[in-house]
Amino acid sequence: MEKKHRKYSTGSIVLSCVFVAISILWIMPIVEVIINSFKTNNAINLNPFSLPNGETFAGMANYVKGLTFGNYPFMKSAGYSVYISVISTGAILLFCSMAAWYIARVQSAFAKFFYYLCLFSMIVPFQMVMFTLTNTAAKLKLNTPWTIPVIYLGFGAGLAIFMFVGFVKGLPLEIEEAAAIDGCGPVRTFFNVVLPMLKPTMISVGILELMWVWNDYLLPYLILDITEYRTIPIHIQYLKGSYGTVDLGATMAIIMMAILPIIIVYMFCQKYIIKGVAAGAVKG
Amino acid sequence: MSKKTDRAALNSELIRRPIKRWAPLFILPVFICFCIGFVWPFIQGIYLSFCNFNVPSDATWVGLQNYQKIWSDVGFWNAFKNTAAFAVVSIILINVVAFGIAYALTQKMWGSNLFRTVFFMPNLIGGVVLGYIWSMIFDGILKHYSTYLTANSTYGFWGLVVLVAWQQIGYMMIIYIAGLQSIPEDMLEAARIDGASGRQILFKIVLPNVMPSITTCTFLTLTNSFKLFDQNLALTGGAPSVIMNGAKINQTELLALNIYSTYNINKNYHGVAQAKAVIFFLLVAVLAIAQQAATRSKEVQQ
Repeated sequence: MEKKHRKYSTGSIVLSCVFVAISILWIMPIVEVIINSFKTNNAINLNPFSLPNGETFAGMANYVKGLTFGNYPFMKSAGYSVYISVISTGAILLFCSMAAWYIARVQSAFAKFFYYLCLFSMIVPFQMVMFTLTNTAAKLKLNTPWTIPVIYLGFGAGLAIFMFVGFVKGLPLEIEEAAAIDGCGPVRTFFNVVLPMLKPTMISVGILELMWVWNDYLLPYLILDITEYRTIPIHIQYLKGSYGTVDLGATMAIIMMAILPIIIVYMFCQKYIIKGVAAGAVKG
Repeated sequence: MSKKTDRAALNSELIRRPIKRWAPLFILPVFICFCIGFVWPFIQGIYLSFCNFNVPSDATWVGLQNYQKIWSDVGFWNAFKNTAAFAVVSIILINVVAFGIAYALTQKMWGSNLFRTVFFMPNLIGGVVLGYIWSMIFDGILKHYSTYLTANSTYGFWGLVVLVAWQQIGYMMIIYIAGLQSIPEDMLEAARIDGASGRQILFKIVLPNVMPSITTCTFLTLTNSFKLFDQNLALTGGAPSVIMNGAKINQTELLALNIYSTYNINKNYHGVAQAKAVIFFLLVAVLAIAQQAATRSKEVQQ
């Protein structure tokens, strides 16, 4: 008993209690969405902060409606979102780590020039290129969900290459030399020796890029033909912009379906996500 | 020294030359995509800011006309003021709160990991969804006072501040925690033994040592608030708007959204919007570089 008390001082217990209160307040907006997604539309309009009772409880009705609400199947937009995010992030990780290895090891004038161009691209806001990029994408027929990863690879390369180069420079050269002496060509050296060592950076870059592409609204909105292809952010923005009375119940259900998978993934990988963010930011 | 030159020589013999032969595989795919996704649109964007155009192929050179139009564009200057005010408020608010939380959570306390998880969570939600969630909450609160979020530009501005703070505090907190944890424990121990008060430890030891984190966080909050778009679009979309001198001004619009809505007025404004984008880019670049220079100089060498 005595020991237990010594572990945390009274001050720190008070601090913990304060933080419990703040934490509850902090997740209130998400709790709000959960509560409202189970309420009837009228009840949300009347008071969005009340708990559902026998009369205002809507059960799963909002979720059923949400699947087809907004004249676009939610699952279709979720499918496009998953596909675009996974393929784009995968492409960025693979190609940018390869390019970063080349830049760090070859150090030719071209490699250096490319590297500085990447640094430069990191401070250019998207608005600077959005009209011309949209036009270029349309001209090159890159305006479908199947080809949009090319655009993401191009626009997202700067940060990824910057982070990978920083990491490759810290890798011991001796390992690669040993591989080369043993007769490993560059391709095998990269995939069998360098790539496994890049795993921690892969995770941080992967998380940053995945969060970016998954939540990105403007780029796919401008580039894709949105009557046919919508990602989740586009779908949700369209609910708000659409005419007629907004069905808040169905909208809350859609928002819930949109953020629940992310929260579940976060619960399982939060250690990596938080580490990845810290590692990525310290270098940036 | 000699070891270093040896290594470089070996480097070029064993590693450098073989990789160079594989350049088409290693660097070409990214370079081509980078040119499509960034280099070409950027160059074309600068050129088109001096042109009148509907699509890039029908561009006609008009010199500085687009830039002159911006000079008298009340909406743009209003958005500029909004952005500057928003940046100042959110940089201070986010960094102070994030540092405070990080400082508390790095003390020995129960549940520190749990709180970290909770505070970071909003960061995972995209700007559009955030805008939707918060407009519901603000409208619900304001309903008690028989008004609504887009009735008054003050509501919209502070609403956006709250939204962005909620989203980004967790992210900055993570960076501050990493910075705080890298302070050597014996340095703090020594200060305590020498009888330094909590306040002295905070201002004389902790703050100077987390200066790199402060640099990173102010940089990120600065560029984030200047580039803010999704949240602005989804929360108020620039509403409410007033007509002034025959031009429509969206009162809660920030710069990025102003550029976007200028482009959508009609095709005569495409060039103006692109010119605004160039000014916007220069502004962000200058601020980013100036901020880095200013705070880097305050960092202590360890």
